[in-house]
Amino acid sequence: MKKIYLDYAATTPVDPRVLEAMMPYFCDNFGNTMSLHSFGQKAQMVLDESRKTVANFIGAKPEEIIFTSSATESNNFALKGIAFANEKKGNHIIISAIEHACIMESAKWLGGRGFKITYVPVDRFGVVNVDDVSKAITKETILISVMHVNNELGSIQPIAEIGQIAKENNIYFHSDCAQSLGKIPVNVNDLNVDLLTASGHKIYGPKGIGILFVKRGVKIEPLLNGGGQELGLRSSTSNVAGAVGFAKALELFNQEEKIAELREYLCSGVLSIPGSRLNSPKTGVPGILNFSFSGVEGEAITMRLDMDGIAVSTGSACSSNKLTASHVLLATGMKPEEAHGSLRVSIGRWTTKEDIDYFIESLFKNINQLREISPFKNV
Amino acid sequence: MYSKKVIEYFNHPKNMGKIDCPDGVGKVGNIICGDVMHLYIKVDKNDVIEDIKYETFGCVAAISSSSMITEMVKGKTIVEALKIEKNSIIDSLEGLPKAKIHCSVLAIDALSESIYDYLKKNKRDIPDFLEKRHKIIVKNSR
Repeated sequence: MKKIYLDYAATTPVDPRVLEAMMPYFCDNFGNTMSLHSFGQKAQMVLDESRKTVANFIGAKPEEIIFTSSATESNNFALKGIAFANEKKGNHIIISAIEHACIMESAKWLGGRGFKITYVPVDRFGVVNVDDVSKAITKETILISVMHVNNELGSIQPIAEIGQIAKENNIYFHSDCAQSLGKIPVNVNDLNVDLLTASGHKIYGPKGIGILFVKRGVKIEPLLNGGGQELGLRSSTSNVAGAVGFAKALELFNQEEKIAELREYLCSGVLSIPGSRLNSPKTGVPGILNFSFSGVEGEAITMRLDMDGIAVSTGSACSSNKLTASHVLLATGMKPEEAHGSLRVSIGRWTTKEDIDYFIESLFKNINQLREISPFKNV
Repeated sequence: MYSKKVIEYFNHPKNMGKIDCPDGVGKVGNIICGDVMHLYIKVDKNDVIEDIKYETFGCVAAISSSSMITEMVKGKTIVEALKIEKNSIIDSLEGLPKAKIHCSVLAIDALSESIYDYLKKNKRDIPDFLEKRHKIIVKNSR
């Protein structure tokens, strides 16, 4: 059966050129960067080169890039590391209401350990208002963390403006850029960030590698103590192949991608279905589109599409174990019943017009069939 | 996550739709929670459920549970139908994920409500346990 992948925001396939670049660092050049001998030296050299490539790409200095195992680790590191290194200064942290679970849960964890968390709301398109961030600041605020691009809606946050406010108030500013790197320009200087998270597997690189940018001078506690790798901030034997893959993935982004054109095509196709609605802002990143369909439930649509070989995801409650609709969609003011019918379609490097035609055809058929079953047929 | 049986019933639902002039209707669930089930029954003079259909808004488990209960009940008397428990639906579906057990409960509730409606419409005696169940279902759906 035909297989169509439209879930690039969940994870991307590794670009074959990335894999090719990584291959020598498993069986042949497998050295430990901490070893004194030539195997170790070679590994250290390659790691340094990768670090430099990554730093250049986001406008940072090499010594400001910490390789981690994932965006989740980087986000845990940023929140907990800043919180505990600066608790004498204050105990207040500001995050947005639509952060990824790894920020949400880290903040909640800190909330149980004496820190106060403020959640800044979003408008109906899932965008934070800069004034709301300003108003949330207290004398105790030590960190603001707002994601660059939301993973469910694709909405872009005013990171540079928030960063400016943080700077004026002498507060550290972190941004989770897992969904923006490679999609829109990400430069630490333009964005006014002190810390920045990114992930390999969202950019056609491998899973198991992420970065945390930590601006020089930022006071942060390590999450992992040990042999002192990554400037003493993140001990663990270095994942050299992963770092090489991450760097190579970034190098490939110099080529132009035609996602914006495909977005329009996809959008007009889906919206020709009666009772459909676009939940993503028009100004969002081109690759992420969130729709709702009245009278049908998201998990049911997702599973029907899967039968036709199509991979998408849903923000419906039924897809999670918690049975509550997506906190992101609810934060935009969407009613629970609308959120239950939501579908996230995310396109990427290998999406074609033919894929989209096939998807829309299948979507039409399956929405109609599910509406036949549904007591809410009138759209 | 789902058993083969669940997927099969989800993809090829049985007895879906509405019955014109049904003898009993059970409407349960709540759109805010994401599951709504409408069950329609046609009962003959010997209290045998001769036809049953459903309309469901909900996830894979909700649709397959509705489909399964209609198959299990068709041809049974209302007394036999009321003996069906959630576990027999779950077993017939070769299991449901833990978070989806409530979908089988919803199907049982819809069936009870349709029988309650049938008895009430025909001014028949309603057994105590069914009256109790009805009150709980109404309370929970608010």
